Amino acid sequence: MSAPAAEYGRVPALLAQHRPRHGEPAFRALVILASLTVLAVIAGLVVVIARESLRGIAYNGPAFLWGTTWDPVHSVFGALPFIYGTILTSVSALVLAMLIGVGVALFLAELAPRWLAGPVGFMVEMLAAIPSVVYGLWGIFVLAPWIRDYVEVPLHDTLGFLPFFTGNPIGIGNLEAVVVLTIMVLPTVAAVSRDVVAAVPLSQREAALALGATRWETIRLGVFPYARSGIIGAGILGLARGIGETMAVTMVIGNAPTISLSLFSQGYTMASVIANEFTEATTDLYRSSLIEIGLLLLIVTLLINAAARLLVWRVAYGASARNVLA
Amino acid sequence: MSVMTGETTAPGTDIEPTDRPPARGIAVADRGELAVEHAAVGVEIDHLSAYYGQHLVLRDITLTVQPNSVTAIIGPSGCGKSTLIRCLNRMHEVTPGARIQGQIHLDGDPIYVPGVDPVVVRQRIGMVFQRPNPFPTMSIFDNVVAGLKLAGIKDRALLQEVAERSLRRAALWDEVKDKLHAAGGALSGGQQQRLCIARAIAVEPEVVLMDEPASALDPMSTLKIEELIDALRTSYTIVIVTHNMQQAARVSDRTAFLTVGDDGAGYLVEDGPTRQIFTNPQRRLTEDYISGRFG
Ligand SMILES: Nc1ncnc2c1ncn2[C@@H]1O[C@H](COP(=O)(O)OP(=O)(O)OP(=O)(O)O)[C@@H](O)[C@H]1O
Ligand SMILES: [Mg+2]
Repeated sequence: MSAPAAEYGRVPALLAQHRPRHGEPAFRALVILASLTVLAVIAGLVVVIARESLRGIAYNGPAFLWGTTWDPVHSVFGALPFIYGTILTSVSALVLAMLIGVGVALFLAELAPRWLAGPVGFMVEMLAAIPSVVYGLWGIFVLAPWIRDYVEVPLHDTLGFLPFFTGNPIGIGNLEAVVVLTIMVLPTVAAVSRDVVAAVPLSQREAALALGATRWETIRLGVFPYARSGIIGAGILGLARGIGETMAVTMVIGNAPTISLSLFSQGYTMASVIANEFTEATTDLYRSSLIEIGLLLLIVTLLINAAARLLVWRVAYGASARNVLA
Repeated sequence: MSVMTGETTAPGTDIEPTDRPPARGIAVADRGELAVEHAAVGVEIDHLSAYYGQHLVLRDITLTVQPNSVTAIIGPSGCGKSTLIRCLNRMHEVTPGARIQGQIHLDGDPIYVPGVDPVVVRQRIGMVFQRPNPFPTMSIFDNVVAGLKLAGIKDRALLQEVAERSLRRAALWDEVKDKLHAAGGALSGGQQQRLCIARAIAVEPEVVLMDEPASALDPMSTLKIEELIDALRTSYTIVIVTHNMQQAARVSDRTAFLTVGDDGAGYLVEDGPTRQIFTNPQRRLTEDYISGRFG
């Protein structure tokens, strides 16, 4: 028994020597600094946007929120059409993307053979990396004419009496914006949901299978409840992309501040109006009103995020929270 | 500690007789809650080999599981006990790359033939897994009746009755009766395992497979589970994997001993009435394992 390094009983002494003493404070400082930076950036953003929009807020008053006229020439600023456009397009796109995305995720994670799931999954992820201006161009030149000829015109001819299908289908408007946005949000929702579904432990599926569950029942019983909060999280990420998306939507929505239920009507979103008009904002008031829209966009985004987070929290911890309360 | 009603045997000192005295059936009926009798079915394992990919883990197992009896499967860790019982309800094939050769008959009918739906096999053969796997977000109640709800049973009163009965039999009722709507994931490990047992027996399968059901349980709950197994034997066929020799001796009618061969694949060394395996094994390997001399 020679080699003293391997002698039994030496390990605790070695461990004691290596107990970190200096790393800890440095690590803490680094982490705190990083979080403070994030906080500072957000605070700075809010302060600047709020300050720059003060002029607009003072002039427009609360009516800014429900005013429907946007007429910079006569200095009439009502933001409702933009708020409406943003919420309409992003929420519709999210609903569609969730329906399709969760389906794609289940297919990739549960049903598809491996040789198919790999390449398809990779392609879905690639979709998320395409710059949005490319989506916009594709939307204008490929998607819009196709939707106009094969979706809008038939709908208009058969169901034109419904408020959703009134107006002239010209291939630019709410429907095109929603479709382009859906395609843009879809990869995020699908890719994140797929990872969430794939992370459900095999033992959960086996628990359902052992009870005599079919494939679909296994998903319903063993996979969905487990993945639910993660899938909602995927939706939040998708929504965040949808609300803030500017370029592609600007290119296909028509950029007319109207509030209409019709899918064929042109619309406008908060992000689009800022992008379009910021360089032409000649007066201080005009400019300040645009920044006020930016402030609203920030608030709407924060509100939606907070609501979604609350939802996830309730879904994820709801059962145990009830348990604590009971 | 013995589960034998009215007999005094200490664990490890005595071995259960294998010829069941009729008194047992009466003792069970006396408990009042297990009046249901249904014809149990046997399982015949016929030259079964099991693979994970190219890796052979079970070689040529032939073994008969008698109806209305408890069969214990014992053997060293990694010899393929879990794999073997997962083959019985066609759970093995769920693992990617896993496959089998040979045949298994349930009540005389082959289950590994085209046209037999594994879903139906699994409805008839319930399973309790080695690691507890309740549905964590579902309530305790919903966990227990999950199999019934799958089958489309909605009658609230019936579900309630079955849930209570199953939880009582799994020795969990007293601990959870006041929080049936708490999440199944909020139970302790041992409680979760008993919840899984309740879930498996709630659908009254003809055969119940248990993979070390008591390995995470304290002695009291273990005793309760052994009592349950004992009670179930009148109407069910039970296969139990256990590392606990005393447990095998206490609860089982027949015992099968598996071990790992030189090639790394598990094989059946010997099977027979539990008393014979424990008192008069025919093979040296069995004797060594039983008496703790296994290498
Ligand atoms: N999913 C899997 N993929 C590949 N090999 C596996 C898998 N599961 C088990 N094995 C292998 O199969 C062999 C038998 O495993 P099994 O789980 O059936 O053993 P066991 O007898 O139940 O052991 P224990 O008593 O420890 O539970 C082992 O060598 C193990 O490594
Ligand atoms: Mg095992």
